[in-house]
Parts: sequence; C-alpha cells; structure tokens
Amino acid sequence: MPTTLIQPEFLVEIDYDKCHKCGRCVQQCGWGVYSFNERPFPDDTKCRACHRCVTYCPAHCIKIKKNDLALRDNANWSAEQRKNVWRQAESGGVMLTGMGNDKFYQSVFDHLVLDACQVTNPSIDPLREPMELRTYLGRKPDSVEVESDGKGGYRLKEGAGIAKNVKLDAPIIFSPMSYGSVSLNVHKSLAMAAERLGILMNTGEGGLHADLYPYQDNVIVQVASGRFGVNPEYLQRGAAIEIKVGQGAKPGIGGHLPGEKINKEVSTTRMIPQGSDAISPAPHHDIYSIEDLRQLIYSLKEASGYKPVGVKIAAVHNVGAIASGIVRAGADYVYLDGFKGGTGAAPAIIRDHIGIPLEIAIAVVDQRLRDEGIRNQASIIAAGSIRSSADMAKAIALGADVVAIGSASLMALGCHLCQGCHTGCCSWGLTTQKAELTRRVDPEWGAERLTNLVHAWSHELQEILGALGVNAVESLRGSRERLRAVGLDAQTCEILGVKPAGL
Amino acid sequence: MPTTRPQTGLTDDLGLFGERPRYAEEASYKIHGGCGLMGICDESGTLMSGVEAIKAMAVQRDRGNGLGGGFAGYGIYPEFPDHYCFHMMFHDVKAKEEAEAVFDRYFVVDLAEPMPTRAVKGISDAPVLWRYFLQPDPHKLENSEMSADDYIVHTVMLINSTIDGAFVASSGKNMGAFKGVGFPEEIGHYYLLEEYEGHTWTGHNRFPTNTPGWWGGAHPFTLLDWSIVHNGEISSYGINSRYLEAFGYKCTLGTDTEVAAYLFDLLLRRHKLPLELACKALASPLWSEIDRMEPEEAALMRSLRAVYGPAMLNGPFAIVLGFNGGMVALNDRIKLRPLVAARQGTRIMVASEESAMREVLDAPDAVWAPKAGEPVIARVKGMEWPIHGDLHLSPGEVSCAVTGVADACEIVEVG
Repeated sequence: MPTTLIQPEFLVEIDYDKCHKCGRCVQQCGWGVYSFNERPFPDDTKCRACHRCVTYCPAHCIKIKKNDLALRDNANWSAEQRKNVWRQAESGGVMLTGMGNDKFYQSVFDHLVLDACQVTNPSIDPLREPMELRTYLGRKPDSVEVESDGKGGYRLKEGAGIAKNVKLDAPIIFSPMSYGSVSLNVHKSLAMAAERLGILMNTGEGGLHADLYPYQDNVIVQVASGRFGVNPEYLQRGAAIEIKVGQGAKPGIGGHLPGEKINKEVSTTRMIPQGSDAISPAPHHDIYSIEDLRQLIYSLKEASGYKPVGVKIAAVHNVGAIASGIVRAGADYVYLDGFKGGTGAAPAIIRDHIGIPLEIAIAVVDQRLRDEGIRNQASIIAAGSIRSSADMAKAIALGADVVAIGSASLMALGCHLCQGCHTGCCSWGLTTQKAELTRRVDPEWGAERLTNLVHAWSHELQEILGALGVNAVESLRGSRERLRAVGLDAQTCEILGVKPAGL
Repeated sequence: MPTTRPQTGLTDDLGLFGERPRYAEEASYKIHGGCGLMGICDESGTLMSGVEAIKAMAVQRDRGNGLGGGFAGYGIYPEFPDHYCFHMMFHDVKAKEEAEAVFDRYFVVDLAEPMPTRAVKGISDAPVLWRYFLQPDPHKLENSEMSADDYIVHTVMLINSTIDGAFVASSGKNMGAFKGVGFPEEIGHYYLLEEYEGHTWTGHNRFPTNTPGWWGGAHPFTLLDWSIVHNGEISSYGINSRYLEAFGYKCTLGTDTEVAAYLFDLLLRRHKLPLELACKALASPLWSEIDRMEPEEAALMRSLRAVYGPAMLNGPFAIVLGFNGGMVALNDRIKLRPLVAARQGTRIMVASEESAMREVLDAPDAVWAPKAGEPVIARVKGMEWPIHGDLHLSPGEVSCAVTGVADACEIVEVG
C-alpha cells in the first residue's frame, strides 16, 4: 500500500546546463530538499517554495513550479479539501500551519478608496510642508485642565495631564512574535529597528531576552496565559504591557511551541525546562470574567508603576461589546487582531474559519467606544494582515490609532510565506532555533530592512495625508468621511460607516 | 447595535425625538471655493452701527458669488440682555408651528415677532424669518438636570435635526445672526442692519462652488453666543463631527463650518479652556515646535494635542469667532487662507483683505498679517469672559476611576 496519496505540491527544476554544481542549494535549504551526488538532486515532496535556494543560486538555474496535477472538476470538493481528507486519513491529527489565513475571503480594504483634494481645498505637498505622523499610545482624559502659571500664561493643573502614554514617531508598531517562535536575531532586528524608528516592538508571549534590555524603552512586554518569562523585572522593563487574550489567527485557543524549539536560551528566557513543549492555555486561568481581567490590568499597573496596559483580542463576533468591557476594565489600549493575522503555529481549521475581518472590527469597536463616550480612554491598535501603507491609511481612517505589522515585518526579513513556521526548519532563519539557520539573519541587516520598510510606508502615508489636504495623522484617524466603498453591500457599508462611491 | 446616548432630560412627548439614519451623522458637506470675512470689535465697548460691517463686506464682493452672505452682531439687544434670542428660519408654516410647540413647552417666551426686513433687489425666496426672546421654563430646566446653556444647546440640536424645514440661525444672549442667500451688503440691507448697534460684528461673503446656496447654509454659524464665519474648507470634518457626537452634538446642517462653532462651545464653555489654549487645540503647533518649547509649556501643548487631536481643525481656513465679550480670528496651521488684522485705537479688525479694513478704519495704528495658528484676540473691556454653567459631564466621564498615580502628568518618551 502507498504510504501517502498526496503528491508533491511543488516541483523543483534544475537546469543542469547552467548549474555550477556548487552545492549552495543543498546548504541553503532548511527543509532537506536536496541531496548531492556530483550534482544536486531535489526531493520535490519536501519543497515548500520558500525560494531560499532560488535566491542564493549563483547560476539562477533553479525553478520552483506548482505541481499542476489535474483532478476531476468538482464545484463542491476542492482539490485542497480532497488532499486534506487524505492527509488526515494518514495522520489522524490536527493539520498545523503557519502565517495567516490564505483562504479567499473578500478583502474589505480592497473595496475601500480614499479621497483626495481638488480645486477648492488644496492638497499639501509633503516634500515641502510638515506632515506629522506622531501618535501617543494610551489612555487620555476627555479634557485638559489648566491653571494660571503666574506669568500670564497657563500650565497643566497638578495631576491633570495625560496619563502615561507612549510616544510613537509613526503610527506603526511591530506585532507580537515570541522569542521561541522566531529567532533571537529576529527579535534583535525588531528591537533595533523600533529604537531607530521611535516606535515599538512586542515581545509576544515568550519573555524578553537579556540581549534586548538596551532596547526596553521600545518594547511592549506581553503577558499571555502561559505567563512565559513574566516576572516583576520583565514588567518593569517594557514601555507598555500587553495582556494577550486572543490572537486573530487562532481565536479561542492557546499557543503551542514545540519542545524542539525550546533550546537553552529560549528556556532561560521563558523560564521553562529545556526541550519541553510550551503550551499556553486557551484561557488565562485567572481570567474568567471581565472583573478578573480588571484585576489583572491593575495588578500589572501596580507592578510596573502604572505603565500603559493594553489587551490584545481576536476580532470575533460582538467585538464591540468585548472592547467596551476591556476599556471600562481599565485597559489603555485595545489591540484588535483580525482573522487574517499570522501565527507561528495554528490548526489550519481554526486559522481559516474563525474570527471576523479586521476592517469590520475596527469600525465596530471605534463606533461602540464613541457611542459610549469612552473613545478617548483607550487607543486602538489594528493588526491582522496590514499589507501596505494603503491598508494602514484605511485602518486609521476607520478608527485605528496605530497599526501593527507582523507578517510584513517577517517578509522584510526574507519570509516568503511558505507557511512552515511551525516546523522549525525556516530556511530564512526566522522561525527556527537551529543555530545554522538563525545565523542567517544579521540583526544589523534585519534592522536596516525593517527601518526601510517603515520609512517607506511612513512616506507613503504622508503622501496620502497630503492628498487628503491634512498635515497630521490625527485628522485622518476615524475620518470615515474620507473613505468610500466600491462594491460592498449596503449593510457592510453601514457597519463600516462608509458611504458608497458616488455619494 | 445598541448605543448609549447622553441623557437629555427632555421628554419625547412631542414625538420629535428619534434616531436619525446613521449616514445623517456625516452629512455630505458643501465645498467652499473662496470666501470673504471680517470681524470688528471695539474693546472699549462702544457700540458701532451694522453699517460698518456692511461696508467691510461690500468691498470684498468679489470673494463671493451671491449665494450666501451674513453677519453676527453682539450687544444688539440691550432691551433683552438676559434673554436667549432665537433667530429662526422656517420653510413653511408647519415647521414654524412645530418649532413654536417646542418653545411653548420648554420655554417662557417673552416676545415673538417677525424679523424686521425690507425688500431688496437680489434677495428672493426668503424663508419665514422670526425671532423669539425666551428663557428656559424653570421647572423643566430643573427637571432636566442640565445647565441653562446645555438646555439651549439640546433644543438647537433637537430643532435642527428633527423638525423638517425649521432652522435655528442663532440662539445666544444679546446677539443675533442675520444671514441668507445674496451678497452680504444686500443681506445687510435686507435685515436693516443700520438700525442695530453692537460692540462686535462679524461678516461673511460666501462662494459655494458645487451647490445652490440655501439660507441656513450661509454664515455665520452659531451656537449660544458663539458665531463662526469661515473661509476655507475643514478637511478634518469627518473626524471632527464624529468627535463631537460623543459629546452630544449633532452635525446636521450640511456644512463643515458648524463643527468649528461646536468645537469652540465644547472647549471654551464645557471644558473651560482659556481662549488661547482652545485656539492651540484647534490650530495646534507642530510637534517640532512643541519639542523646542520649555518643558512646562511642552507638556501642556503635548497634552492638548494628544487629547484634542480629533478636534484639531485641519485644512485651509481662516475663521472669526464672535462671542459676547469680543472675538478671535484664527488661521490654519500653515496659513492656507488669507487673514489680515488691524488696530485703530480701541478697535481691532480682521478681514480677508486689507482693503476691507481701510474702508472702515480711516487711520489704522497697525496693520499686520497674523502668523499661521496665531490667534488675534479682541476682548471688550468690562465684559467678563463668559464662563457659562458648570462643566457638563460627558458620557465618557462614567468611566472607571483611576488612581492618582495613573492620572499623573507623565509621558513615557520613547527613544
């Protein structure tokens, strides 16, 4: 009997006339695709189309092609569904995957267009005029109270300023990705870039490695249900603290970092035994109600000297009411993670079918907080497949203060979205702890590429603001009047608070 | 989606309340091409005839196209100094009856009369124009648990948003707005402004580019004692209007200018910000400027921008805010619209063009162009800066308490 009914997904073709026989492809591939006997021989079944070998082949003689095997057409059973049945019949297990939802769902962002000034309202040239992106993350009062300064001017009334807020030089931060799920060099790249950009990176749920202490003012430290790496010192080091309740890629379930990825450094940082699986529970076992969350928020504030404490949730049904409760429980920001957000490992069935689009969640939460008069009390961070500065601008126009980028930042470091993060074999050295692979990311090189990406998006956002005739990002935030919908149904438009194009 | 609305205290026994469709919250607003404006204030409190304002606007005729002109005068009703005066526009008798039903039920009306007008060539299709001198019914006011001013604001919002064909042109004490479709000098003659005297006047000439003018859409836009004349376009209208909704304001007039009036009301009357700081919130200094300020001032400006970011007026504008103690003129942050100022003795004047001031002031002591975001403030001597009733609690203030430590004025500066 055959061991598998599944045919290779990709075919690796080598033009041996051009091949140098240098063996670099063998060396570069983390998946073990190549063997070498006077020339490289690919095993197609192992290829994930990550293009590491293609990128590094000096002869450019490797082609990766889809294995386009014909299956009888069936409008009900897609080829993938058939393959999944065969896979699970072989394994009896849950299908795991990495990165974000790859199924076709209508992208709301792609159906929204932005306004621009014409004639009566001059657009502003960002090359010649100031164009401000600075954003403050955290809780703000409804009003500012002042008193006379005795010199004919005014000063803030004692104790009446804004509570601790974190200054961001651009409304972009790096999404939480834990040390363990990604390599230390990735974390260093993110931290160095965050420092240079005046923004924040986020530890994710794996603690803060000592090498990142110098960058602690640019780090959000996360507290997840597993409490990995959480201690008083950790809480005091971050610029802000984030309680992870949910993740867009896997709402309602916990995290799982396989023991293979728990080396000595990871185990020290996470405060768990080396080689043991790091399984964070689906719920926080001390949060079974909103008042429990409130207790944890204030415990963390007490432990950290009242730094901003945010709560990360997955975008799900009724997200408006959930966010309202979170803000009323004392959170300084709400992190909304849409259902296309990435992950280091998740059951494919969860990733692909649970949660709601980020765009809808932003609109609902922003409106709900405004309806309740508490929008000023928390910032909104939007994440879950922000693919470009256009997505960023549209997210901000819908109501987000800040966007977070995870998949895009990994792509800046070489990721090709092969979705094999959970295997620990990442050829690009990103989602692995194998020393021979992790050294492929030089933190200096990584920081430069991440800095370039955020600079590029920032410049593009400035161009968009200029076209809109405003010179500060706060004038775009929540300004849905500057959005129009193309090809969205009336009810979706109503939920988004966006008029159809032409009105 | 369930929503929590601010409690108004007024009952719905007239059947006038009710949720408007959601899109009405962000009504499409009119684009202005170019406009002319003026403001004049005699800081000694000496009264000036409305003719001065008409003269200043007539010389700026080319800045409008005859589709909107208007004036606001302060100190014009000395016989009713403590009454709220509602200048009303009605498209039909039914609208008038419905609005008067509101007045009769919630107010004590001491005088109701047609607005004095004369026939003027060029002015046609005027709505029914009446004015009402009234005070809130003391019992209803007490039951509403609102300040008198908030009671008035609520009524204005109620009438403008729920009574079809009724529009409140102004609602302040000892002041009024006179506006309509036409050139401002025609509107001034139409309303017999030569018969009024005030210590402060503002005027406006409108140039709408994509819609026919309508009487209610002419400037000034007003709320309580505040009146706004505006040249430009508020590109941040979308977020300004949504921000105001959280404080109970409804932007229903189909123009971007109304947000400026409501924002001044919110910042000055309800949040009790000093005028200079309200101007800094609406036309904020650049972050680069704030970073160069002394620490105490920088902390104040940072807080203003962080808290009032959604209120910041962005886009090209020159505005003049009139109130019962003077006026303030303000440009956008990068001065994309003209605004010049002059002083002669106790008179301070601002306008879109210097010619307007030369027409009124025969020998100005000084003429200058205010810098971007730098307000020109005129205050009438002896008139107390208006601090209206107690701070109105916004619905947002039912939040969970935070400790004193969390409220400490401290900013974690990154980098």
